[in-house]
Amino acid sequence: MSAVFESLTRFYQSSIGKKTLVALTGAMLVLFVLGHMIGNLLIFVGPHAINEYGHFLQTVGHGMGVWVARIGLLAAVVIHIVATIQLTKANRAAREQRYGCEATQVASRSSRFMIWSGLTLLAFIVYHLLHFTAHAGNNYGSYMTDLDGHQVHDVYKMVIAGFSWAPAAIFYVIAMLMLCSHLSHGVSSLFQTLGLATNKTWPIFKFVGHAYAALILVGNCSIPIAIWVFGYGH
Amino acid sequence: MVQPLLTMSLDSKIPSGPMAEKWTRHKRDSKLINPKNKRKYSVIVVGSGLAGSAAAASLSEMGYKVKCFCFQDSARRAHSIAAQGGINAAKNYQNDGDSVHRLFYDTVKGGDFRAREANVHRLAEVSVNIIDQCVAQGVPFAREYGGGLANRSFGGAQVSRTFYARGQTGQQLLLGAYSALNKEIARGGVEMYSRTEMLDLIVVNGQTKGIVVRNLVTGKIDAHVADTVLLCTGGYGNVFFLSTNAMGCNVTATWRAHRKGAFFANPCYTQIHPTCIPVSGDYQSKLTLMSESLRNDGRVWVPKKAEDCGKNPADIPEADRDYYLERKYPSFGNLAPRDISSRAAKEACDDGRGVGPGGRGVYLDFAESIRDFGRNTIAERYGNLFDMYERITGESAYERPMRIYPAVHYTMGGLWVDYNLMSNLPGLHVLGEANFSDHGANRLGASALMQGLADGYFVIPTTVANYLVTQKPGEVTLDNPEVKKAVADAEERTKKLLSVKGKRSVDSFHRELGLLVWDKCGMARTREGLQEAIDRIPALREEFWNNVTVPGSGDAANQELEKAGRVADFMEFAELLCIDAQNREESCGGHFREEHQYPDGEAKRNDQDFSYVAAWEYSGNCSQPKLNKEPLTFEEVHLAVRSYK
Amino acid sequence: MALLNLHLKVWRQNGSQPGHFQDIEAPEIPDHASFLEMMDIVNERLIANGQDPIAFDHDCREGICGACSMTINGMPHGPERATTTCQLHMRKFRTGDTIWIEPFRARSFPVVKDLMVDRGAFDRIMQAGGFVSIRTGSAPEGNSIPIGKDVADAAMDAAACIGCGACVASCKNASAMLFVSAKVGQLNTLPQGQPERQRRTLGMVRQMDAEGFGNCTNQYECEAACPKEISVRWITKLNRDYAVAAVKDIVGAGRQQAGGEGGD
Repeated sequence: MSAVFESLTRFYQSSIGKKTLVALTGAMLVLFVLGHMIGNLLIFVGPHAINEYGHFLQTVGHGMGVWVARIGLLAAVVIHIVATIQLTKANRAAREQRYGCEATQVASRSSRFMIWSGLTLLAFIVYHLLHFTAHAGNNYGSYMTDLDGHQVHDVYKMVIAGFSWAPAAIFYVIAMLMLCSHLSHGVSSLFQTLGLATNKTWPIFKFVGHAYAALILVGNCSIPIAIWVFGYGH
Repeated sequence: MVQPLLTMSLDSKIPSGPMAEKWTRHKRDSKLINPKNKRKYSVIVVGSGLAGSAAAASLSEMGYKVKCFCFQDSARRAHSIAAQGGINAAKNYQNDGDSVHRLFYDTVKGGDFRAREANVHRLAEVSVNIIDQCVAQGVPFAREYGGGLANRSFGGAQVSRTFYARGQTGQQLLLGAYSALNKEIARGGVEMYSRTEMLDLIVVNGQTKGIVVRNLVTGKIDAHVADTVLLCTGGYGNVFFLSTNAMGCNVTATWRAHRKGAFFANPCYTQIHPTCIPVSGDYQSKLTLMSESLRNDGRVWVPKKAEDCGKNPADIPEADRDYYLERKYPSFGNLAPRDISSRAAKEACDDGRGVGPGGRGVYLDFAESIRDFGRNTIAERYGNLFDMYERITGESAYERPMRIYPAVHYTMGGLWVDYNLMSNLPGLHVLGEANFSDHGANRLGASALMQGLADGYFVIPTTVANYLVTQKPGEVTLDNPEVKKAVADAEERTKKLLSVKGKRSVDSFHRELGLLVWDKCGMARTREGLQEAIDRIPALREEFWNNVTVPGSGDAANQELEKAGRVADFMEFAELLCIDAQNREESCGGHFREEHQYPDGEAKRNDQDFSYVAAWEYSGNCSQPKLNKEPLTFEEVHLAVRSYK
Repeated sequence: MALLNLHLKVWRQNGSQPGHFQDIEAPEIPDHASFLEMMDIVNERLIANGQDPIAFDHDCREGICGACSMTINGMPHGPERATTTCQLHMRKFRTGDTIWIEPFRARSFPVVKDLMVDRGAFDRIMQAGGFVSIRTGSAPEGNSIPIGKDVADAAMDAAACIGCGACVASCKNASAMLFVSAKVGQLNTLPQGQPERQRRTLGMVRQMDAEGFGNCTNQYECEAACPKEISVRWITKLNRDYAVAAVKDIVGAGRQQAGGEGGD
């Protein structure tokens, strides 16, 4: 037992081990944002569809499902963030004296911005959870509606109301731009870190990463844009 | 300086018996040291190139305590790394009639019958083991599609026995030896000292017992003692200032050993490589070799008329071009051996028909090959070399012929050693390019790597015990007065270099010495020219010691001080080089005396009077070395005029 | 041949003391000279003026020993692709240019003097497993191990690394992954390297971490700076090999647990 624990510790302490965890947790979060986006886009199908979806999430597995997902995601986020902060600190320490003349040959802007796009996202996630999950500073918790004879949370109304407040919508769009930047490096990068790229497949992974980032940006931002530009839901 | 009381006899200790059995017999008869006692013996290895790394690793594996020293920042940077072409071995994988005997014969003939037969035969024998050893280490030799090792023909050999790893065989073999060295460092068998330069040899009661070194980072000078010392310190090509050697290559270790009594053999055998990029200006610091393989597809020419030299080569019609190698040597053509090709280029330039800056260059033309095989094929074969040529000269060899000129590349001479690789100074072993033994007056392509590794992996592990059994391990310690004196002498010399505070930089002296030696003792030598050099070198040496400026101090990293110490030794060595060249009244291999040639300009050997190894003994005065001779006898190979016509 | 007038900003440093940039004028530099020959000329002039010449590592000057190690205008070995500093020629610069010349900067490459750094960390990484444990004399016949041409060529691609450290110097995080991956990759690709594959991978990566290099963030500056154009796909392979080796280590597969001998 202790020998296994020792090996696990060494794996986590190693540079590649930490990065592998960042990539694996990153992969979970990448899939989560896709699922989350698809769920959100149900808003364009209508109040019934998104409320049904919300109700399903609340009740799946006798209400356990959402907690399993929440705990899983929380663990992924915590590992992803703790490991990357540790890695970034080590990276800073690895070059104490900076270059007088700095030059960048091929590194993309998004790759150099990962820690900042990531930390902005962290701030957004905290805000987002307080806003929509904990209902801090609002009364979204009292929005109820009828779904096939059951009283359920009115997710549709909550989303429209939430985005109708300009600062929330602006912060949301900024966060999605950060997410896009983060994903445009992160998605292809995780294939590299997990050792899955080859010379032949790398261009595909790179394209998929960029396309995925763009898809998430467009999909998620379509909601506040629909509300503000086209008056959707009003 | 004390003169040796009596001339030491030059016993080459060649084993008895037929040539093909000598090495086997010697292995059988060599002394053994039992494993428990091996741990008590310590060995110092100076240099971490092919010979040094291979020896240090192999001896450590056997159980000896080894210390290895190099002046570079890592053992992996020794100049063996720069060899491009390949390594010979008598594997006969091509089924083209190669054999140990043929490799032996080719090497003796290639060396213009000035090598010791028994050593060369041993070299050919162990060549096959070297390939096995390197493959096992993970050296990525070129392979056939079927998975077998690939070979090519190289340096004018008529069989394909050269193994290679792209254009960087030297680096790959060195990395193999370096990996073996690392394995032993990790195991604790070898203590590695990088950025540490040997300044002197320590001899106690006539036995070599250690070295004095300077730490090139802290400047500290101190001693290391051991039961035997192996010098694997390469050649002295940088005496010419411009050569294909690395900037740091130097004669200090072998010269200091010479001053302590080791004989310096055949220093006049210097190899000039025919395919180097010509000098472009007086700021030039070194010359770059282009692999000889280029001559497989390139045709060498100069204009027939001197007035055409300034023209664009494309404007010179075929009829006005002199493909002089093809004309003079119809059967070998552009693949004639190195010494012959080099001299032919010099003759063409001396004739006023050289091309490029200063008229010191000849064309190596790929136009015909590009026409016959297509640009892509040529790019596949030589792309890297063409790129390198373009980086250095700014010209594309696809568009216009390359310009090449010979440059000093390798030195066959070195410290005299017997069959055990031990010099006349007991306990001093000399391996690789630093010794004189295997290449005679000229080295064949792809044989340097072979010799370095043969000495390091296979010869010294067997022969070193023959000396060690005569010694009580750890007899000399750091508090020995001779050791302390050697350290004090080295400190004194360093102080002296720093205290001259003259007007001229170390490089300016080195450049002047190099030009003089190249001019008078380069590709072609005359009695008078050599005399002129012999007269001028002492004066230059004196000026050096009175007018050199070495900035900084001795207590820290100081590259000028390092260079100064090396140039000071070149200043002394250069004179011996010229004296040896003057003494050898014949032309052979890399040593060409204009007085001794056939009417058609070919080298004329004098086997009657000069079939011997000239082993020079330090007399206490650099200008008056004492000559000892080891006669060369040939049992297997018949002396013949070396003809490549 | 043209002559160039250049303004140099050269890093000067003595051991562990703080360093600074020195402005040095370098007039009339022949454009045919190599970068290091330009440095030689500058040094000759400094010596003539009684100043301390600039210390820099260099040896073979033909692009293979890996000794030269300057960062030129923010790029290790300068702006030209697949070229070491010693093979960079001054015709790539224009008269009037300002050239920044700095050491390879990384905590794991402490400055010895001026532009000279200590790359001993690379040697120590190699000692942690960069070899095949075969004794001299015990090797089987060379052709008894057939190795396909593609495998041999791939190993050779990795083996082309000259150990200069440009990958570390160019990396935004001063990571040594390209070097380590090329070295691990060469032997892990070849059949000769298989018996020690797990031990080598774990050992060399652990040593790399212990030396204090940064972590790879897949930005590929290393590949762009590498004078031998080592591919970052070797890093992909190292990531994979390390994960496999670590899992085997965790579950105790292979001989390591049985022998009680770790990979370090």
